[in-house]
Amino acid sequence: MAENPFKDIPGTTLFDAEQSRKGYHLNMFCMSLMKAPNREAFKADERAYLDRYPMTQAQKQTVLDRDWNGMLALGGNIYFTSKIAATDGLSFQQIAAVMSGVSQADYAAMMLAGGRTIEGNRSKGGV
Amino acid sequence: MARITAGVATSHVPAIGAAIDNGRSGEDYWKPVFAGYEKSKGWIAGAKPDVVILVYNDHASAFSLELIPTFAIGCAESFAPADEGWGPRPVPTVQGHPELAWHLAQSLILDEFDMTIVNRMDVDHGLTVPLSLMFGQPDAWPCKVIPLAVNVVQYPPPTGNRCFKLGQAIARAVASFPQDLNVQVWGTGGMSHQLQGPRAGLINREFDLAFLDRLVEDPEVQARVPHIDYVREAGSEGIELVMWLIMRGALTRQVRELHRFYHVPASNTAVGHLILEPVPE
Repeated sequence: MAENPFKDIPGTTLFDAEQSRKGYHLNMFCMSLMKAPNREAFKADERAYLDRYPMTQAQKQTVLDRDWNGMLALGGNIYFTSKIAATDGLSFQQIAAVMSGVSQADYAAMMLAGGRTIEGNRSKGGV
Repeated sequence: MARITAGVATSHVPAIGAAIDNGRSGEDYWKPVFAGYEKSKGWIAGAKPDVVILVYNDHASAFSLELIPTFAIGCAESFAPADEGWGPRPVPTVQGHPELAWHLAQSLILDEFDMTIVNRMDVDHGLTVPLSLMFGQPDAWPCKVIPLAVNVVQYPPPTGNRCFKLGQAIARAVASFPQDLNVQVWGTGGMSHQLQGPRAGLINREFDLAFLDRLVEDPEVQARVPHIDYVREAGSEGIELVMWLIMRGALTRQVRELHRFYHVPASNTAVGHLILEPVPE
């Protein structure tokens, strides 16, 4: 099979079959945070709450550490992991700043100036 | 006979909904976004659709990973705003049009588009933010809405070409509905944006403007653009733009562009908006 062209896009994890299979339980844990009582239980004891789900230890650790990019690498999908952010009272823009490694002020300024440029960001080759 | 009288395309950024709901639409940051919809609100007050077929995507609200329908059509009497983790948006319950929705489902399936029929579904910002942008904050939405949810979260979403053809099939289905109804088709989501990973915040104005031009003038050409081009050029969430092709497919080959608006940014996203009218051949 030819090289997967999506893997050439820098800083981007495509939520494909492989990621979805890997991240099923991680994402379903995130989904449970849609309900207020579950958010309370998670906040009261994060480790105990995570242990209800058959996730890998590595996945649980990324959640405990709020390692947003780590969650994506281990099969998390942003629409699911953002439910953890909502539980923490964080906005999409706040976690986007963390994932791209800049302060929230710098990220917000970048967006106001027109967003992250496509130039140099199309390909890992730097195009 | 039911007839499609217009197509509307718009982004459905959740932060826009939050700005409306929290009374912040007059702030300097948000003013230019809402200014782009002033003309639209006036237009739709005169256009008075009976039913909007609203193409959108669910963002892990009604559908988790347990069930991932590629195309789902809401056939219920009503649809409640979803609790997306902050409590449901304070907007009216969406009233469906079960008779037309079931007619669409049957016609589309027999036309070889294998729709998932949904009789119970909460609708998230993907559906309610476009309604707020076009209608403001009424006590009740002024028309019926048929939600048409497209999977764009789990790769692969349907191709642009499949979306375009679904739109054409929707046009055939609406034309065969015997009641006299004024129907609009809306395509929502996009434009360029990426919410995840180190490339979050990507915006590609050039791609977006070219997309708007081609969607209006050469939709068949745009329909052939592969997923990789959207993800690479418009960001991992920019792939939502394939949903606009469903709206475009439901219109005539030639269209009249009544309104166009483009603005960066709304939170992490480029906002795009079109109002198109069919031009009968």
